[in-house]
Amino acid sequence: MILTINNIRHEVNIDAEATLLSILRDELDLTGTKYGCGEGACGACTVHVNGLAVRSCTTSAGSVVGKSVTTIEGLETNGILHPVQQAFLKSDPLQCAYCASGMIMSAAALLREKPAPSTADINTAMNGNICRCGTYPNIVKAIKLASTILTAK
Amino acid sequence: MNATENPLALPNIDRRQFFKLGGGLAVAIILQDVIAFAADPSGTILSPVPSGQVAAWIHIGEDNMVTVFTGKVEVGQNIRTSLTQQVAEELNVDVSSIKMVMGDTDLVPFDNGTYGSLTTPQMGTQLRHTAATARQALLDLAAKHFSSEVTSLKAAGGMVSDQKSGKKISFGALTKGQQILIPISKQIPLINPAEWKTAGKTTPKVNDRTFITGGHKYVSDMKMPDMLYAKILRPPVYQAKLLTVDLDAAKAMSGVTVIQDGTFIAVAAASLRNANSALLAIKATWESPDQPSKAQLFEYLVKNARETEPETSEIKQSLTASEQQHSDTYTIDYIAHVPLETRSALAQWIGDKLTVWTGTQRPFGVQQDLAAKFDIPKENVRVMVPDTGSGYGGKHSGEAALEAAHIAKETKRPVKLAWTRKEEFTWAYFRPAGVIKVKSGFKKDGAINAWKFENYNSGNAGLKPQYRIPNQQNNFHPSLTPLKQGSYRGLAATANAFARESHISDIARMIDMDQLEFRLKNLDDARLKAVLEAAAKSFGWHTKQKRKGCGYGIACDYVKGGYVATCAEVMVTEDNLVKIVRITEAFDCGAIVNPHHLEHQILGAIVQGLGGALFESVDFENGKILNPNLSDYRVPRFKDTPEITIVMVNRTDIAPSGAGEAPIVSVAPAIRNAILQATGTALRSLPLLPTGKLERS
Ligand code: FES
Ligand code: FES
Repeated sequence: MILTINNIRHEVNIDAEATLLSILRDELDLTGTKYGCGEGACGACTVHVNGLAVRSCTTSAGSVVGKSVTTIEGLETNGILHPVQQAFLKSDPLQCAYCASGMIMSAAALLREKPAPSTADINTAMNGNICRCGTYPNIVKAIKLASTILTAK
Repeated sequence: MNATENPLALPNIDRRQFFKLGGGLAVAIILQDVIAFAADPSGTILSPVPSGQVAAWIHIGEDNMVTVFTGKVEVGQNIRTSLTQQVAEELNVDVSSIKMVMGDTDLVPFDNGTYGSLTTPQMGTQLRHTAATARQALLDLAAKHFSSEVTSLKAAGGMVSDQKSGKKISFGALTKGQQILIPISKQIPLINPAEWKTAGKTTPKVNDRTFITGGHKYVSDMKMPDMLYAKILRPPVYQAKLLTVDLDAAKAMSGVTVIQDGTFIAVAAASLRNANSALLAIKATWESPDQPSKAQLFEYLVKNARETEPETSEIKQSLTASEQQHSDTYTIDYIAHVPLETRSALAQWIGDKLTVWTGTQRPFGVQQDLAAKFDIPKENVRVMVPDTGSGYGGKHSGEAALEAAHIAKETKRPVKLAWTRKEEFTWAYFRPAGVIKVKSGFKKDGAINAWKFENYNSGNAGLKPQYRIPNQQNNFHPSLTPLKQGSYRGLAATANAFARESHISDIARMIDMDQLEFRLKNLDDARLKAVLEAAAKSFGWHTKQKRKGCGYGIACDYVKGGYVATCAEVMVTEDNLVKIVRITEAFDCGAIVNPHHLEHQILGAIVQGLGGALFESVDFENGKILNPNLSDYRVPRFKDTPEITIVMVNRTDIAPSGAGEAPIVSVAPAIRNAILQATGTALRSLPLLPTGKLERS
């Protein structure tokens, strides 16, 4: 099975039923994508498939064959951080940061759809991402900052 | 990636070698009455350094890098940053020249653990004194070097300069990378928080970039050559005994090792998927006794309690003699910590030496447990704690570490074990459930004269009221617990504050007095009154117009050096939906070390507090957890977060206290009291709204 992850083609010999999360973490050592619940309820494992946010823990590897998968490790382009990463760096919203990858991936997908989201848009789009440290208002601020960085371009 | 970022980059080195890697050969500086250099060619006297010595905590490399050693661990409180700032302040160096080595039992001085909001008051103070001593030692060395007076010297930016001659020398050139073997002096004055330039300022998380690029290796992310993934056979319910087990199918799978040691059964394989399949192939039967369920919980806790002290006759009398009385019973459910990173460990044996990477708040405690389990000296066990996916008091233990080490020993390979969410929900421990009975006697003018407070099972932290009450009896009655219980952010202070502050607002309502005014009238502590007033002012307690269906509530408390007051506004619709509109919290924990990160701690406590206040609850029946996953156990999410305002009271005249716990305790009662004002319904149980709807009374 050939998977395209962060623009690199990987040949993986595993049955198509395996979750994308397990391929990323255990086979390819792309551990930036986290396990939090394994049932699509926390968002820690969020990646992009053809630019859309999906939960890799409930996505089978077979279903992404022929599609383009992006993980947190592949979000930078040519060494430049994605605007959401820049905004997270600048506004420092996190505590333990275990939720960071999933938050950033979800936020990046949101901004692709809606470059200037309202607080309500953000709360709706991000509601599937849990931050147990409770940094939600900080993350909302960071996403708004990312939106200004994006729209200023 | 540096050594602290990736502990795997430094496998099994001891502290002496660490210094060799870190910069130059390790030799000692001994500064006693006279300054002298003592070279130690063998290096053997260097380890271990007694904890009274600067070198145990702070090392200044020849390259000017300052390495700080602490047994505290980073679980999201951002102490890697705040402790760095405090050392930077005393040494007068840039934060970027400081590297923290945290929670590595081979490299850092002994530490009891990261809990109880003690890091800032204890470790912060320890490191400030150590850094101040180091600064003084550097000045002494420079005075000798320049043959000048210490008084004409100034340490700044990693250099000591002689104001008279204009000559400069770097810290690294002074220490030559040698250990600073001088006793830490508490006599050397610390920099006054009012004059802080680095501490007290907003500084971003020091290793921020590795987190936002997915580069940071949490234990659950670590890998080693030859490593096996392990899974453990768990009983279906608590207290279940294994009757029969058939391991044949698992044993027949290629690349799978099955471990059986009494009732401890585990499988290990080179891939997690194979380990999972092997676990599924095991057939086991179990037997379990009847156990209490959630429906009988509170009755059970009271029935099985050990009464610690009977009601005194004084209390009885003063209660009956009171103009007015009130009595009520409050209940608190078990709740789970739900750290987003589940318990994980990676264990490796080399001969009879064991190294374990694990996310725990007590690395030395886990080291001790491992040594005891395998009957080896503590010195043979190294526990390392990379920055961890949070704890909230839920990671005081080392279950995963013990299990991984056990399997690694049997398989003779490094073993990683990362618990599933279900395991975390079932086999970790919970915040204790409890029943709290309160009786009070008071006058119509609002003076409380009698108070009887009894906590069954949930704990005695924050048992005593801050209010001026001449006759009071406060007791904690330990009980039997159907579920495994343990520490939680704020311990029992949350439960006790909920009962007490609910009761206080009930009394105020009975005598028709404003909740805020009633509290101010019965309090003496100026700092507590100040946070109440600060919260009320910012909230607009007296000034903001209330809309229909809206209620205001207030609560306050003092916990571990922190003074906290919370105001809440709720809106209750006619069909009994409750919306938390806004929360304002004022907090005073003395001098503020990093305002931004303190605000995070308070914010995090408020948001986490919302979960326990509104809907979090562990459901269980006859030894089985019924909601062991995140789709059934609800935690606060983006949409649950109201408008939050934080007022930080900066008392630069008072030494800083920790902030991880106090800000959580007043959230639930403030919301509860707001619902009381809006509807007249006096709720008595946490969570307040398990179904999402208010049951009016
Ligand atoms: S791990 Fe995939 S949503 Fe939680
Ligand atoms: S910062 Fe800890 S889970 Fe979000």
